[in-house]
Amino acid sequence: MSLIRHPKDFYSGLIFIGFGIAAIVIGSNYALGTAARMGPGYFPRILGILLIVLGAALSLRALRLQGSPVPAWKWWPTLIVLGSVILFGIIVNSVGLVFSTIILIVLSSAASHEFRYKEALISGVLLAALAVAVFVIGLKLQLPIWPGSS
Amino acid sequence: MDLFNHLALGFGVALTPINLLYALVGSLVGTLIGVLPGIGPVATIAMLLPTTYALQPVSALIMLAGIYYGAQYGGSTTSILLNMPGETSSAVTCLDGHQMALKGQAGAALATAALGSFFAGCVATVFVATVAIPLSELALKFGPAEYCSLMILGLIGAVVLAHGSLLKAIAMIVLGLLLGIVGTDVNSGTARFAFGVPELIDGLGIVSVAMGLFGFAEIVTNLESTEKREIIKGKVGGLWITREQFKKAWPASLRGTGVGSILGLLPGGGAMLASFASYALEKKVSKHPGEFGKGAIQGVAGPESANNAGAQTSFIPLLTLGIPENAVMALMVGAMTIHNIQPGPQVMTSNPGLFWGLVTSMWIGNLMLVVLNLPLIGMWIKLLKVPYRVLYPAILLFCAIGVYSINNTSFDVLQTAVFGFLGVLFVKLECEPAPLLLGFVLGPMMEENLRRAMLLSRGDPMTFLTRPLSAAMLGAAALLLVLIVLPNLRKKREEVFEEGES
Repeated sequence: MSLIRHPKDFYSGLIFIGFGIAAIVIGSNYALGTAARMGPGYFPRILGILLIVLGAALSLRALRLQGSPVPAWKWWPTLIVLGSVILFGIIVNSVGLVFSTIILIVLSSAASHEFRYKEALISGVLLAALAVAVFVIGLKLQLPIWPGSS
Repeated sequence: MDLFNHLALGFGVALTPINLLYALVGSLVGTLIGVLPGIGPVATIAMLLPTTYALQPVSALIMLAGIYYGAQYGGSTTSILLNMPGETSSAVTCLDGHQMALKGQAGAALATAALGSFFAGCVATVFVATVAIPLSELALKFGPAEYCSLMILGLIGAVVLAHGSLLKAIAMIVLGLLLGIVGTDVNSGTARFAFGVPELIDGLGIVSVAMGLFGFAEIVTNLESTEKREIIKGKVGGLWITREQFKKAWPASLRGTGVGSILGLLPGGGAMLASFASYALEKKVSKHPGEFGKGAIQGVAGPESANNAGAQTSFIPLLTLGIPENAVMALMVGAMTIHNIQPGPQVMTSNPGLFWGLVTSMWIGNLMLVVLNLPLIGMWIKLLKVPYRVLYPAILLFCAIGVYSINNTSFDVLQTAVFGFLGVLFVKLECEPAPLLLGFVLGPMMEENLRRAMLLSRGDPMTFLTRPLSAAMLGAAALLLVLIVLPNLRKKREEVFEEGES
């Protein structure tokens, strides 16, 4: 029998405490003011204290309550999905919408356990055409279509 | 009568070709994402918010509202045919809707859902129009102390009625409030929690927060599970209901509309809660509760009417008090702010065309949905055959383009990814993201009103208790908390949600 009986609550509590401490520590740079004339640091301080209290209550309660374990985290989908989106954000302005779309689609498709390279490529090309039609031609967003056209 | 003048004004706005077009686009997009499991109205509205910059404010709101109620129509299709909720608010429709489909009555179930939704939509539109004026007049009497207390009541109400651990939900609200005040403090000009990053001086973007927490997190979680979907084989059957089925369905639809309209008004309410509550009610009033879960048509008619009614009436607190009560309404606040409209009671007086145009567009949108949806069901079924491995990269692409186009910076995309990561973490730890989004939107408003109230009272916090309206609202919030901690009621609350999950 481990000490932490409700891991989900326990770790959520720790996260809230972490945010609370960060709010107070970083917020200590801002003028606190008085209750009648609150400075920029007043409200964050209240929230920080609240977060620490709530987080502590959650974590302490987790030593008594019974709960299921935190499910395993398969890193692959998280990494691929978020990574491919970040990459898109970085390259879209330099390589243009068409190529960054194809790259995003093919790369992010790899997160699925049913990944098929050819299918992803075809889908990427079709979606690139659709994206250009909808976003650049239809909605007139300021996005370069081809590399170097910005 | 004033009501008719208002509705006439509204129809004048909503019936212009451009607004009709946006109501149609919104409803169709809503149905589309309603049909598709794995993407909900929150993520979709976040995705499309940036594209509404160029539109007239009223067109933008009409389209975004259409997505929300359109999703209620679409969600039922997937529930019935796939036994898998297209939307959480259609989860209970699976229970009896899919059973009907297995008996070869899919067509009847789909028709019941659509007609029930349409009926509820009509009633809810009139309901919104009648309740809105008195409520906004009340709200105009509010001072900063009352606003502060109202926000607290709204936030507490939202978590009490929501699913899951109360303590966690409150902590999520507070975290949301904190994230909401990132950026320049309007009073002193201090950039708070910006870490010297220029993009953060304007604060975190609501699109990034919502898309990350709801959209990306959902996709990642779906990819982790290896569950296969199976679409119903066999025939859908005629899209017609027999006289006997109609007799059983209409009282349920009527009750569902009532339940949905009321629950939509409450903080934390909206489509999902309404459908769960309606199903529980139908089971209770039925003379043959044993039929439920085996294809009782009331189990489709009630919840499907309720979720549509709830979706629409949840606009009332937003439009009259300026308080969003669920995640979708939080995004509507974002949409209004983009167009420099401060949500609240003054919208109706300063911008009556927008207010009544939006309200009447809901009725028009519902009409379009019922006319278009039934014939389009064949197309939706084809769409459901597109495998998820092809679908989710496309969703990601639209999200990425949407978020990038807000400011044309890669920083926004990065920020969204960070919230996506947080979102996955919250899913693992069973922390509901909706309260965080509500807090996020209300953060700056709450701080501002708190400051003003305290300034007026010269720093005396008792002002919140000595002003009667404010005290009443805080009292109500405290009462809600006490009630929910009482074991008896807590059990009831869990029962209502379990009905839907079992």
